[in-house]
Amino acid sequence: MEEPIGINKFVFSRESLKKKFRLSEFLSEKIITGVAFLSITIIVLIFFFVFKESIPIFQSKKKEIAKVETVQKQEQYGTDSSVATNLSGQEQYGVTGTDSLMTENQILEEDTVVHGSDEATAKSLMGKQWLPVSDNPRYGLIPLFVGTLKITLIAMLFAAPIAILAALFSAAFAPHWLREIIKPAIELLAGFPSVVIGFFALMVMASFFQNLFGYDGRLNAFVGGVAMALAAIPIIYTITEDALTAVPRTYTEASLALGATRWQTALFVTLPAATPGIFAAILLGIGRVFGETMIALMATGNAAMIGINPFESVRTLAATIGAEMAEVVFGDTHYNVLFLIGSLLFIFTFSLNALAEFYVKGKLVKRFQGKQS
Amino acid sequence: MKEIKIKTKNLSLYYGAKMALNSISLDIPEKEVTAFIGPSGCGKSTFLRTLNRMNDLIPNVKITGEVLVDGLNIYDKQIDVVNLRKKVGMVFQKSNPFTKSIYENVAYGPKINGINNRKKLEEIVETSLKNAFIWEEVKDRLHDSAMGLSGGQQQRMCIARALAVEPEIILMDEPASALDPISTAKIEELIFELKKKYTIVIVTHNMQQAARVSDLTAFFYLGELIEFGKTRKIFTTPDKKHTEEYITGRFG
Amino acid sequence: MSRRKSITGGLFIGLTAFSAILIIAVIIILLVVIIIGGKDTFSWEFLTAFPEDGMMKGGIFPAIFGTVLLVLIMSIAAVPFGTITAIYLTEYAHEKSILAQTIRFAVRTLATVPSIIFGLFGLGFFIKYVGSGMDDLFLGGQLKWGQPNILWASLTMALLTLPVVIVSVEEAIRTVPREMREASLALGATKWETIKRIVIPGSRSGIMTGTILAVSRGAGEVAPILFTGAAYYLATLPTSLSDQFMNLGYHIYIMATQSANVDQTLPIQFATTMVLLLLTFMLNLTAVIIRSRLRRKAK
Repeated sequence: MEEPIGINKFVFSRESLKKKFRLSEFLSEKIITGVAFLSITIIVLIFFFVFKESIPIFQSKKKEIAKVETVQKQEQYGTDSSVATNLSGQEQYGVTGTDSLMTENQILEEDTVVHGSDEATAKSLMGKQWLPVSDNPRYGLIPLFVGTLKITLIAMLFAAPIAILAALFSAAFAPHWLREIIKPAIELLAGFPSVVIGFFALMVMASFFQNLFGYDGRLNAFVGGVAMALAAIPIIYTITEDALTAVPRTYTEASLALGATRWQTALFVTLPAATPGIFAAILLGIGRVFGETMIALMATGNAAMIGINPFESVRTLAATIGAEMAEVVFGDTHYNVLFLIGSLLFIFTFSLNALAEFYVKGKLVKRFQGKQS
Repeated sequence: MKEIKIKTKNLSLYYGAKMALNSISLDIPEKEVTAFIGPSGCGKSTFLRTLNRMNDLIPNVKITGEVLVDGLNIYDKQIDVVNLRKKVGMVFQKSNPFTKSIYENVAYGPKINGINNRKKLEEIVETSLKNAFIWEEVKDRLHDSAMGLSGGQQQRMCIARALAVEPEIILMDEPASALDPISTAKIEELIFELKKKYTIVIVTHNMQQAARVSDLTAFFYLGELIEFGKTRKIFTTPDKKHTEEYITGRFG
Repeated sequence: MSRRKSITGGLFIGLTAFSAILIIAVIIILLVVIIIGGKDTFSWEFLTAFPEDGMMKGGIFPAIFGTVLLVLIMSIAAVPFGTITAIYLTEYAHEKSILAQTIRFAVRTLATVPSIIFGLFGLGFFIKYVGSGMDDLFLGGQLKWGQPNILWASLTMALLTLPVVIVSVEEAIRTVPREMREASLALGATKWETIKRIVIPGSRSGIMTGTILAVSRGAGEVAPILFTGAAYYLATLPTSLSDQFMNLGYHIYIMATQSANVDQTLPIQFATTMVLLLLTFMLNLTAVIIRSRLRRKAK
């Protein structure tokens, strides 16, 4: 046996084994933990900054209640937006009888933007008209909500059944080689930029459907909804497929052993067992459609109309932000209202995610562990 | 009897609420081979891993009692685990070379000890590989991936890797369990050589192996130390009926 | 078994197969239509020339350049941060600790937040808060950083792609066997040494997959940069972090919806869409291949 070189010089003693402070170890742990905190911080910051920019709307609401204060406050507003302060004093605040003010508004065109701040009260937000850049801006969110819901509904009517059936096919019926093609192909669809899907909808699908159904407006909720379905399908498919394949083999084997056929087992055993997962998939699909901006911008026609006709143009919440934010004046009411829409979108998708996460996933796990009665 | 290198006093270990080792007290002498035998799940590997605090890595493990190495309690709050492991090396059941070259594998330990001189590193690598009886087989392909070695060669390389840090104690967790008879024989021969310089503790489920390589044998059963003594005595005239039953192959 | 039942079964299986085939068919149609529409205009010159005649003619070089610059700056920010967060989650955090679970929830939330919200955040935080703050602090209120530019757009995009990186790297780190960590620790390596020398090199392919996926995502997203830095048309390439930039996806959007003559520029639009689609498609394909290899290795 050859002699050691002697790299381990210290002997086994209390001294050599004494706890050593290692700076690199200490720093790396602190830095890594710190950075990991970042993701939480970002979520909190997003909450904070998106909400912060929408807060002035609620402040102006208070103002309407306390009319005395408004006179003092309006000067503040005037300076903020660099509009002649002396004029704002004469202007009426909390305008409701808008029609009679047409001429005055034309004269004080710049000023109306500032004065719009009073229009964005909770009451006016519930209005049926979204006319943010007219002389006399109105910020009714109802048409935007209706448009978003309409398009979400259309998209989900297409996406959910197709994606779930396709997932059932690849999880239960498809031969292995086919599954190995379908799954990655649909995953690749998830990677298609939404602007590409939007472009395809705008240039190809819109004309195709127009020829097929013979309606007037090329761009409408139907075209947008079908295009959105393309964006939602990969999400619903992937999560549903995962949920279906996670159903324990013993379930299906028990069913097959009782003489059920493959399709009966898939439809009556596997599918029900995976319901919570499928529910989560649909929720996340809804979240995707709800917040999708580019497809909505390009394929829906963007007219803020209220109606149930699927072949009418709509304007969604997300598309409204996308289309208008670049044009607004920082800090004016329109700007704040767009941020308010953003906050609502954020709250909504956050809730959907939390619901899918805590309720559905927990339920799925419990069901398979047999903890549920 | 040689000097005592490792001494455990009433060592118990819990996984959560479940007791895995029950009050083990045991003296392991210096520069001899001590074997732990027993049926799988008896706690012999768990016990081995308490000797260099590898169990620290598992969450929810609670340990009571003492492990004294050279008279120092290694579970003392003042003890630096990193330096402890430099003194108490370990060879694992499944050979676990890094996905690096043979040279890089063996030089890993010296490098983290701050040795960067290439000449010195080469020297250490060569010595370690020679001491692990594998130098002749790998000297021409030191910079090939260690994953290309056979199972037996990998395991001897892992021993060389442990030797390169120059520990005083080497813990071996069923080092030959996945190997063919020829590779096993080589490892056993190596253990026999190594004990001249190192204190060796080996876990094995192969009783012939324990009988062949060890000076002392400890029999574990269900987390308890049933019997401990000279290997020859354990294998010929054990005191406990349980030990005899296990050794004669009536259970396990 | 009754005959009627087996017919129902056949129909049902047929329906599921039809759904799967329908999706695949749409993917193929989309690819084919875009490629057919764009292939005649597509050329080396198209990729390397500037737009001409008010974007009615010419190439898309500035848009490609801007997109590459965007994903580059984005990666510099997102990859290290994502990797470190993944290391925390796998190596430092206790699986069940509240902190780890909160971080996981935050990461998943971040992944489902609509991209337009990131744009709003970029505007409210980076431009209005950080940027304006910098202007006030260093430039005495002169407007430089408090407006949309490539830095803020890239950082906004980095936040959006952070979860992509984290998830990929985490998956890769988990394929590094426990035995290797133990071997390293048993040789007297510290935790950080083990991570640096064993864990990170062992998950290189995952870090690469994560980067590729993030780049692909960042190259294709338009909503976050609509008002954080993308420009309709620029005569020159961005030379500073405070410059605005052109972008492929934004270019498609503008050309398709706001161009003076949509029909005349249609070939350019198709060709631009084809470039973006093929770019992201190839990036994703690479990631899928690396990832499936990684998964096979894990098994």
